[in-house]
Amino acid sequence: MTVTIAAPYRNDTPYPFCPGCGHGSILDKLDEALQRLALDPEDVVIVSDIGCAGLSDQYFATSAFHGLHGRSITYATGIKLARPELTVIVIMGDGGTGIGGAHLINAARRNVGITVLVFNNLNFGMTGGQHSTTTPEGAVTSTTPGGNLEHPLDICATVGVNGAGYTYRGTSFDADLAARIAEAITHPGFALLDIWELCTAYFVPANKATRRSMEATIDGLGFARGVLMDRAVEDYGTAYRAAAAALPSRSAPTTIPIEFTAPLDAPVALLVAGSAGAKVRSAARLVGEAGIRSGLWVTQRDDYPVTVKTGHSISEVMLSPTPMAPMGGAVPDVAVVVSEDGLRKARGVVGRMQPGGLVVTIPELASLETAAEKVIVDPAAAPGRIAKAALALVLLTIAARRRHLVSVEALRAAAAGPFAAENLAAIEAGVALSP
Amino acid sequence: MREFIDGNTAIVRAALDAGCTFFAGYPITPASSILMAMMRQLPRVGGVAIQGEDEIASIGMCIGATLAGARAMTATSGPGISLYSENIGLAIMGEVPLVIVDVQRLGPSTGGATTVSQGDVQFVRWGTAGGFPIIALAPSTVPEAYHLTVRAFELAERFRCPVFVLTDKELGTTLTTVDSEALVAEPVAARVTGAAGTPYRYQPAAAVAPLHEFGRGTTVRFTGSTHDEAGFITKTLPTVDALNRHLIDKIEANRVEIELVDADLQPGAKTLVVGYGITGGAVRAAVAAARGAGEPISGLVVQSLWPVPESALAVALDGVERVIVPELNPGLYRREIERIAGNRTVIGVERLDGELLSPQQIREAAA
Repeated sequence: MTVTIAAPYRNDTPYPFCPGCGHGSILDKLDEALQRLALDPEDVVIVSDIGCAGLSDQYFATSAFHGLHGRSITYATGIKLARPELTVIVIMGDGGTGIGGAHLINAARRNVGITVLVFNNLNFGMTGGQHSTTTPEGAVTSTTPGGNLEHPLDICATVGVNGAGYTYRGTSFDADLAARIAEAITHPGFALLDIWELCTAYFVPANKATRRSMEATIDGLGFARGVLMDRAVEDYGTAYRAAAAALPSRSAPTTIPIEFTAPLDAPVALLVAGSAGAKVRSAARLVGEAGIRSGLWVTQRDDYPVTVKTGHSISEVMLSPTPMAPMGGAVPDVAVVVSEDGLRKARGVVGRMQPGGLVVTIPELASLETAAEKVIVDPAAAPGRIAKAALALVLLTIAARRRHLVSVEALRAAAAGPFAAENLAAIEAGVALSP
Repeated sequence: MREFIDGNTAIVRAALDAGCTFFAGYPITPASSILMAMMRQLPRVGGVAIQGEDEIASIGMCIGATLAGARAMTATSGPGISLYSENIGLAIMGEVPLVIVDVQRLGPSTGGATTVSQGDVQFVRWGTAGGFPIIALAPSTVPEAYHLTVRAFELAERFRCPVFVLTDKELGTTLTTVDSEALVAEPVAARVTGAAGTPYRYQPAAAVAPLHEFGRGTTVRFTGSTHDEAGFITKTLPTVDALNRHLIDKIEANRVEIELVDADLQPGAKTLVVGYGITGGAVRAAVAAARGAGEPISGLVVQSLWPVPESALAVALDGVERVIVPELNPGLYRREIERIAGNRTVIGVERLDGELLSPQQIREAAA
């Protein structure tokens, strides 16, 4: 059992590790590195993973975060992004590296300014010596009794090729380890040290492993040792704050004035059914906004396939003189059917419409079955050509006028925006085509 | 002035008004527009928003950021809550204030991507190992989505625990007309930092110690393992018992403070309709229609689902013989009502096809 002098980074609690375990010597080197850098312990956060290495934070007089297995990188990322002035050091084993592999790669890719110490003892030491993602091929563990068939993960290469700023591979026996840890902590970007060590409880007895055999394994795998990457990179948080500083202030909400009136004295359910990509939802929204400009309370509920730009696009608009929450069971009072895609989806509900209802559609769909009044509009009869994407608004204008939902003036006022010219042309075409 | 916005937009506005400074999330319909809006707006107010590599990373970043001083929120749907599970437990154990928005969609699994459901009401309560309590609020309208999100931030700070805002596809994405004046709230009080004493305190069990943040002039120990009041891992039996009873009592013993309902009780009515969330709209319409037809009826829209608002329910149940519980799931919250309804008849109205219940369906059950 090692007892290390406390001051100022180690506390006076002795390490709990097995005799000969590398964890204590790496932690001593970390203590030495922190002393070299003379960082304020209050501004250092050690984020420990799970496993024997996950116990490490308890022996330091810094701040500590001991979370879930494999997720230490995510907590460290959150801490560093929220408070860039803090020094954030992750201590994880090869187990945490495996289960948290996605987090490791992505933190390297983003270049989050944290330092990761992998205590790589080639197996799961706390749970009974099972093989990990870094167990060498052929090694015997409690879950590879006939020798490991899997190739070990090259941690440094994995994070290095994905953008890490600093990588180092060595062993717990390296004389310059404290200097390398200090160097990694000082690096502004994502820094990782893959530190191989001996698990004397499991890996050593099962594989007759020694310092020399471990070093031979590293070399035999073709895994380079030493500082493998040290490049000047801006960390993610610094880049984020620089980009944020150039942004305008928070967007103000878009408000809609009430400047017209609508004669509705009861809610009207309006259905618009057309094809995805044909501006069905934006046309429905324009009519909704015209309703709001007329003092109505409007809801708009959209339905479209997950592929977004193919198939149907349906909007259900409720125009009401009083506030109304979305609820089920409404049969439309007015339906605008713009295309075959829309009809395929809306055929059932259009078929249930009452005789007092209104359906506005095009000649190709004139045979649709409904008890409601049908108004067939031929876009070819318009003075100018009507684009496919304008047809929904043309038919909606006709429906709105026929059932006095909202006035043409309110529609025109709601047409403002980047597509004002197209929208106004569609509204005028609707006025011209109104029966 | 009025606005035409959906529930997700109201939640984003509430978060910014409540002083949210950190957001991490992963794309999933129908919650994605919260992620997109936070990515756009948060850097403009000095905060940080990040799209995690997955849901696990997203909630993990939120927990880390909170301990470093941020006020954090994340948003997802049911499949994402599945991946949040282990970190929900961590936030409970480490007493981390955190707002989690669940815009529910029909499950199980990928389910009805993307149709409406209320299938996560028990999941958010029991979705992590151990069975310890959380708080969950369920808005039924867009203005409620705003106000209950602000309230969620207050409760998260007050009780140092995850607080869920449970909405759904329809509330989250249906554009709704609102008065701008209805979306205004008092600022949420700033967190007390640099607090004296230990970061955890277990006595009295129902009291909550202030959160200690990293780097505020003292070292702070945080752990998801059983720990003493200083944050050191311990297995000492009385300490572990005190810790776990504190995690329960700080919420259960303060349940009256957390309770929120919209009660519309009619004296002498023998029938009570209890709903929540998006189904609240149909509940209110059914109650209005029944009364219009001369049938006495009471309505209760539950806004604080967890802990179950038992005081408000006791008041609403007084004199009632029959309770109708409409919900978009296989009767999940009905079991809570049955638990406290005594010998009253409890009737469920369920819809499981990804569509909303109608007021008529509720009235038919009441007939």
